[in-house]
Amino acid sequence: MAHTEWKDAPGLPDFSLLKRLARDQLIFLLEQLPGKKDLFIDADLMSPLDRIANVTILKFCLYTSSLKYTYFLFFFCRLCFLIRPRIQTVKWISDLVNADKVAGRFRRYKIIFTPQKFYACETVLEEQGVYGDVTTDEWNFYILPLDDDILSLELPEFFRDNFLEGDQRWVTTAGSALRLLQSVYGSFSKVYGIGRCAKMVYESWRELMEDGEQRTRQPEFAKVFLVDRDVDFVTPLCSQVVYEGLVDDLFRIKCGSVEFGPDVTSSDKSIKVMLNSQDKVFSEIRNEHFSNVFGFLSQKAKNLQTAYDKRRGMDIQQMKAFVADELKGLKQEHRLLSLHIGASESMMKKKTKQDFQELLKTEHSLLEGFEIRECITYIEEHINRQVSMIDSLRLLCLLSITENGLLSKDYRSLKAQYLQSYGIEHLLTFANLRQLGLLEEQQAGETLTVMESKVGKLVNDKTVGKLTDAFSSLAKKSNFRALSKRLALVPKSGEEYDLRVPRDMAYVFSGAYIPLSCKLIEQVLERDGWTGMEEVTRMLNGQEFAVTGGSSSSEARSKTDAQRIVLVMFLGGCTFSEISALRFLGKERGCRFIVVTTAITNSSRLLEALLDNSA
Amino acid sequence: MSRAKPEDDEYWNSSKFKAFTFDDDDDEFSRLKESKRAMNSILVVDDDDDDDEEEDGVERVSWSGEPVGSISWSVKETASSIRSGSERSFPKIDTTPSLSKQGSGYSLSSLFKGDLYDTAVRTYAPELRKPKSDGKTENTSLWSAFSLEKFRSLQDKLLLLDEAVAVYDGNLITAVLMYLKKSLSKEILFQELMARDVALRHYVHYLKEMGEQKLLVELMKALGRTEDMALMQYKEHLNIKDEGQRRDFLKSCLGLPFSQDDATHVQDHYTLLERQIIIEASDKKADAEIFKKFPRKASILNMPIITTLYYSCFYHYGESEGTYSSPANIRKTFRISEKQYILTALGARAKLKSWFDVDSLFNTKNWLGYTKKRSPVGFHRVVDILQKNSAPVNVLQEYVNLIDSPELKLSVALKYKCHDIVINTYRDLKDRQELVVYREKLERDSPEYRKIQELLNNVQIRWKN
Repeated sequence: MAHTEWKDAPGLPDFSLLKRLARDQLIFLLEQLPGKKDLFIDADLMSPLDRIANVTILKFCLYTSSLKYTYFLFFFCRLCFLIRPRIQTVKWISDLVNADKVAGRFRRYKIIFTPQKFYACETVLEEQGVYGDVTTDEWNFYILPLDDDILSLELPEFFRDNFLEGDQRWVTTAGSALRLLQSVYGSFSKVYGIGRCAKMVYESWRELMEDGEQRTRQPEFAKVFLVDRDVDFVTPLCSQVVYEGLVDDLFRIKCGSVEFGPDVTSSDKSIKVMLNSQDKVFSEIRNEHFSNVFGFLSQKAKNLQTAYDKRRGMDIQQMKAFVADELKGLKQEHRLLSLHIGASESMMKKKTKQDFQELLKTEHSLLEGFEIRECITYIEEHINRQVSMIDSLRLLCLLSITENGLLSKDYRSLKAQYLQSYGIEHLLTFANLRQLGLLEEQQAGETLTVMESKVGKLVNDKTVGKLTDAFSSLAKKSNFRALSKRLALVPKSGEEYDLRVPRDMAYVFSGAYIPLSCKLIEQVLERDGWTGMEEVTRMLNGQEFAVTGGSSSSEARSKTDAQRIVLVMFLGGCTFSEISALRFLGKERGCRFIVVTTAITNSSRLLEALLDNSA
Repeated sequence: MSRAKPEDDEYWNSSKFKAFTFDDDDDEFSRLKESKRAMNSILVVDDDDDDDEEEDGVERVSWSGEPVGSISWSVKETASSIRSGSERSFPKIDTTPSLSKQGSGYSLSSLFKGDLYDTAVRTYAPELRKPKSDGKTENTSLWSAFSLEKFRSLQDKLLLLDEAVAVYDGNLITAVLMYLKKSLSKEILFQELMARDVALRHYVHYLKEMGEQKLLVELMKALGRTEDMALMQYKEHLNIKDEGQRRDFLKSCLGLPFSQDDATHVQDHYTLLERQIIIEASDKKADAEIFKKFPRKASILNMPIITTLYYSCFYHYGESEGTYSSPANIRKTFRISEKQYILTALGARAKLKSWFDVDSLFNTKNWLGYTKKRSPVGFHRVVDILQKNSAPVNVLQEYVNLIDSPELKLSVALKYKCHDIVINTYRDLKDRQELVVYREKLERDSPEYRKIQELLNNVQIRWKN
């Protein structure tokens, strides 16, 4: 398999420390409230909480319940709410307190906001006249380690708040997360980044660093790369075909665990499975292209059979040893294997049903800029047949980004058909997508190209280049086609791509496309900065930076493992495909990547965050 | 780009807040100090004695009631950064034309340091934070009037806002905006927000979250963003549960200044719901055969246009165009393309297994009176839909045969096991090998099997292999 541990891999820092810190703080906070109490937990916090403090730790609270907007029976006269700082939730709590007041019930209330408070939330308490009845606190739970190399802020709302609404409320949160990592694991020698938000996060982090005590310990990471999700929308919009990504697309991995339904377990029960490097079978296939997974699993199954078969012809002593030493491991492996085989089968079935091949073909054509008319026809029929609302939207966005917006007549006709098929209220969704630049109508763009070609006949090529530059700087364009050419994201078609022996990161998309985000990271690390990539950054609307830490020059010389660890922070979410690509890159370059993300995302989550079709 | 930015006076000399210069008289400086103090008091509630803020000895209570050296921290830091601005371990990014960070860093950023230092301490050494003065904080409101009310002049207020924006903290920006909302008239606030995009977006988001629809609409109007305003008002319909009220609300939306395209769509929305209400009322008590045989699973209200068309093709097929519920009427009212209509009607009629209706969808007569099958969608798509609705083989075969491209025809036939077509295609290709292979996949002595057998025995065919 392509991705088994290589010998020389630098060791990763122990992130379980982060869990311990968060847990200790939570316990400390809860212990501040004397006596027994009802604890309400925001539904969104249940899974993350489960990962750092299993419910037994919270047992002393006796009653825990996830917060949904309904009334509960209360046992105790102390209520504690563990919530994300959202105005809606605080309003709900205020109503509850006021209802108690009216009914003459006397209780004590405490809200613990995580990862931090917002003024707006506290003001709601004040306005509703319950400030003082309700006390508040903060639980600074910034980072949840999902795996050895994945850290998550578990803030899916970061994406919409920051990129669509333009609300910077989470900027300092991201800065604080970096600050936390730095305090626990040592400082960094170099920071690169691209994107508006990345810049702000860096600034916020820098402000924090300047003032905290400078730890002089050996750094555990060498470099940090900050990247905004809106620098690369193409990658998260593509269908995922590496195993972990595909599982996420189809079953939705939540906080590192997934629920396999009866169709996978071939029983009438659903099973919740943790998917991480602890699962020996999974860790071997997670980064593999799906087409390799079946072969691998069946080989594994055969090996397992042989291992079981050893029993035959054993004498009592050997049998005893076998049972004591091997059987448990084999049984465990057996269980995992049958689970993943079941999952693969179920995924195959689902994918054949939705004509996955044809879908992939369309995506690849879009990436390549080939047979666009056919693609449009395909998307149109997809919409006409009312097949998956999200998939249709995904294809439309992919078409728009790769083509720098849709021709006016296409935009109108596709939008009209979309609204007919999925509901006219999606007008609002289209407005959102347009604002983000995900789905646009070409403005004057066509005339530009016409003009360019006309001008091209009159003047030499160099001038045309300059003119084109001037034009493209006028409109905020995705420039995907030009970027793709410049960075060689799409390999030449017609070449065979052996997915068993990947030669570059394109394998995560069947050899059809190298994720733009990962390619940028690769290039910047290689050049140790943005030099020579001016044209690329200009097409990405600038906002790039690279800074060197002044004080760590002496440490930088010491060639330790840490120098080969790179922290990549995705602001607005990252996909499993990108993580797989970075793991591959790390292996090629002899370094390790640690991914910090505001949340794990995929095409569905990304687009669902932008829907506005229900109240 | 990675140079450490020296402290420069550019901002103070060039920006419109010229009044605030360091070398100006003490009054200005004290004003700035005041702004800083006020911002601090957002976090540090207990600051009634501001004058001794440089003393470390006084215990401070932070926003959440924890003792921190917040103010002393910030002041010390500020002092040191003035002395040696370039000694930072990490440099600032040289940001282009934004506000100079010096002025803002001077007061606002330092306030953070206090707070987040506090955070760090708490995270790594929770025992350090003993909530000694818990009760005290609880009774004081978060940022009580006295803290920000000192900012009376418009200039001061705006400076406050710009400083919040300059440190990139959305939380802080919103806090300042909330104060401005209270203390400025709408007109003035809107006016000032026009030139401040970041602040504006925070304000819009805050109003959205608070559900202040009316103010939001006013704001959009004042900004001249009429299309956004129209959409924002239109969005309200989602909160209306009762269909009659919803319809009336949509009707009231028709006059809003939508873009031309969107206006058509909103008009459609209103018409659609109006029709749906009529159809629903009559179908709820309908007792036609079809409703008994296939009871309705859900109401048709608020369904998309195409779903409504499907419903009407299912329950009201063949009604005359005059009735609202007829497919023809829906098709015409909502300008549904032929392709879309065929696909939808095909799905509905195939579901009912009325193959006759399916046939007539594609039948066209040419000028000689012959009927010929024609389709705006590829026949492989048609076969696909028929197959998904479990059409019998003979129906499938007929449509597979209509597929133009021989390769596509063969692959579809193989996929859906239309044996006759597969066999005939191979026969026409004179491909003996493939026939032999195909024979193996069939059941022995089935009619297809025998057919291949006969073909293979036929000496008159000149096989190519």
